[in-house]
Amino acid sequence: MTAKAKTKEKRIGLFVCHCGVNIASVVDVEKVARVLKDYPGVTFSADYVYMCSDPGQQMIIDTIKEKHLDGIIVAACSPTLHEKTFQEAARLAGLNPYQIEIANIREQDSWVHTDKEKATKKAVKIVKSHVAKARLNENLEPIKVDVTRRALVIGGGVSGLQAALDIADHGYEVIVVEKNPSIGGKMIQLSETFPTLDCSQCILTPKMVEVSRHPRIKLLTYHEVDAISGFVGNFKVRIKKKPRYVDETLCNLCGECEKVCPQIAPDEFNEGLSFRKAIYMPFPQAIPGTYTLDAEHCLGLNPVRCGKCKDVCDKKAIDYDMKETIVEEEVGAVVVATGYDLYTMQALGEYGGEKYDDVVNGLEFERILSASGPTGGEVRRPSDGKVPKSIVFVQCSGSRDTEKHLPYCSKICCMYTAKHAMMYRHKVPDGQATVFYIDVRTGGKSFDEFYMRTVEEDKVLYIRGKVSKVFKEGDKLIVWGVDTLTGKKVEIEADMVVLAMAMVKADGVQDLLKKLKIATDIHGFLAEAHPKLRPVESLNAGFYLAGCAHGPKDIPETVAQASAAAAKVGGLFAQKELIHEPTTVPVNDELCSGCAICVTMCPYTARSMDPDRGVVAVNEILCEGCGACAAACPSGAAQQRNTTDDQIFSMLRAMLRE
Amino acid sequence: MFEPQILCFLCKWCTSSAADAAGTSRLHHAPNNINMRVMCSSRVDPQHILYAFKEGADGVFLGGCHPGDCHYVEGNYKTLRRITLFKAMLQDLGIDPKRLRLEWISAAEGKKYAVTMDEFTEQIRALGPLHLNEKALVQEVVKDE
Repeated sequence: MTAKAKTKEKRIGLFVCHCGVNIASVVDVEKVARVLKDYPGVTFSADYVYMCSDPGQQMIIDTIKEKHLDGIIVAACSPTLHEKTFQEAARLAGLNPYQIEIANIREQDSWVHTDKEKATKKAVKIVKSHVAKARLNENLEPIKVDVTRRALVIGGGVSGLQAALDIADHGYEVIVVEKNPSIGGKMIQLSETFPTLDCSQCILTPKMVEVSRHPRIKLLTYHEVDAISGFVGNFKVRIKKKPRYVDETLCNLCGECEKVCPQIAPDEFNEGLSFRKAIYMPFPQAIPGTYTLDAEHCLGLNPVRCGKCKDVCDKKAIDYDMKETIVEEEVGAVVVATGYDLYTMQALGEYGGEKYDDVVNGLEFERILSASGPTGGEVRRPSDGKVPKSIVFVQCSGSRDTEKHLPYCSKICCMYTAKHAMMYRHKVPDGQATVFYIDVRTGGKSFDEFYMRTVEEDKVLYIRGKVSKVFKEGDKLIVWGVDTLTGKKVEIEADMVVLAMAMVKADGVQDLLKKLKIATDIHGFLAEAHPKLRPVESLNAGFYLAGCAHGPKDIPETVAQASAAAAKVGGLFAQKELIHEPTTVPVNDELCSGCAICVTMCPYTARSMDPDRGVVAVNEILCEGCGACAAACPSGAAQQRNTTDDQIFSMLRAMLRE
Repeated sequence: MFEPQILCFLCKWCTSSAADAAGTSRLHHAPNNINMRVMCSSRVDPQHILYAFKEGADGVFLGGCHPGDCHYVEGNYKTLRRITLFKAMLQDLGIDPKRLRLEWISAAEGKKYAVTMDEFTEQIRALGPLHLNEKALVQEVVKDE
């Protein structure tokens, strides 16, 4: 305390507002100004009818200049209303805006009390506490950092591609990282899309081409993000380039390698309903247009054991010695668009998904319907290739089941099941389509009309109820269910069963998210910064969310979110430099014992142990100023700027000591 | 009648906003509380609470966001853990833990805020003055400062 006493006493001005009669009718404002006149630190004290009015603000500006004030208290309404107003007035008078204190004597005093004497006494205490704080306030400057105007988009599905295109069209460079050999994501596997029945490939491939040709987009397929460090505006990313064993710049897609390759593997693009060779193109419109050699299914990347593909390649594009390499990039923002997967059919053993070939999930049925699929778009069942004359569709397979499976609604299944049933009826006019449902949820533009068409025009039978069991009898599948509208048990003989499996977080995405250090919800979907007001941002500054990585959603919603994320990135990049509130919690190296308790307190990873110096280092651009670390620090080394422990103690003294 | 002094630490995002909302709706309540706005309930160190008792507070109130709603993700959980432990310590220090109250009051709950202030004031009034600031030991400490 003695050191403090030696420092020059501040010159603090107090301005007490009447707010017309809002404050003055209950609090004796003249008395508050009078009592505080002689309070330590106070140089000037006055009251005025409307402090926020032009003359009121001018009075503050003039007084700051005349009386050389270096701190002011405005005793008025809640700081949420006019803190900014008075900070601006102070700034105009040449005073640092962080020297302004707002004493709330309206909402938290005059408006909630009727006893004038008590309310006035309370106002005096409130004002005194702010004087005590103001005496120790320091001039602060907003923290400024440069921004790398380059974005990383993780995921090359429709959300990632849309985000990349929009950011690139804003004029910034974008790097798209996709773990698979081609971009396109799950959407490229779909047949038609509801509610307009556009062919998915027809609408997505032009976008894929646009991405691949955009001068500001760098496409890194068959790459994975390995590590990320830094902070908003200044990330360093390590990206792993997986060996494709084919030089994509040389491959001319002649396809000779594929013809001679003796090894086969399940075709991922067709959801395993057909086979591909070990050297393959995922699908004809794949981007980049190149073959990829799948080392796992190859005879051994060894010319002695096989080497047939290498022998036939005129372009000498095949290289068995390719190794995994690391690419390093610097970016300022990251859009996470890692997509989803379907809940495993194994989890629903009673529906026989893993046992019977003719029980398929929604995505497999998309491939069966698709013109580019294993059956060329004819509906044929996987087991024997027969055209099914009866298909049962089971909605909510795994969704909306709080007891055994997932509690949430997967949102798109009602619509795609309606589409599946409709497409099936178009392709097999004498086929019977039956849908089991809990509710039909068709919230979306033109969605309900589409569903009504399925029921009324295409005569799809909807049964409200759940399916209890699917089992085989001869070459038929017997579906046991219940019709909850009639209360009767239902048994249906079907040739095929399609399960609208729940959408879940993408397989293996946890490791990536751990590296990115971004938060997820309890189901492993990305958590947004605020469920209503910040739906496309992660809580971790500089990360943005798009698509089903954030939760189940349909294509229009995914595209809208991707564009929103891109707009946010554009907003970030449009700033000359990043401005951050300086009311952060730095570390006093002299006092820090290196216990690192504060590191565990920080939800923003702003604090870390500096192993060389044995003390904690703070990245103030990440610090949001909650002060949890300051309260936890046992040595007082972590002090929040302008809310130090000394300030809190002084305020308490001022409030409580009579 | 004994008029207790109640010191409230209110988080900026929820409970202080609730106090403002109580004002906007003119929900009158006992005037015994004085509020200190902090960024997050987790900014409050048990030392601050102890100091408030020492300086003459008869009751201390701590208000934060509801679980799951913390502006800083999990600050309120940290507060809950600290206060639970700290209440056990208060008992050992001879201060009735009922003099410290932690509540989650959202920005929309102006009514809950006003009712809680009345309730807590009555509760502290019933407990009587703490008089910690008049005890010899404390006087010594205060003089040092």
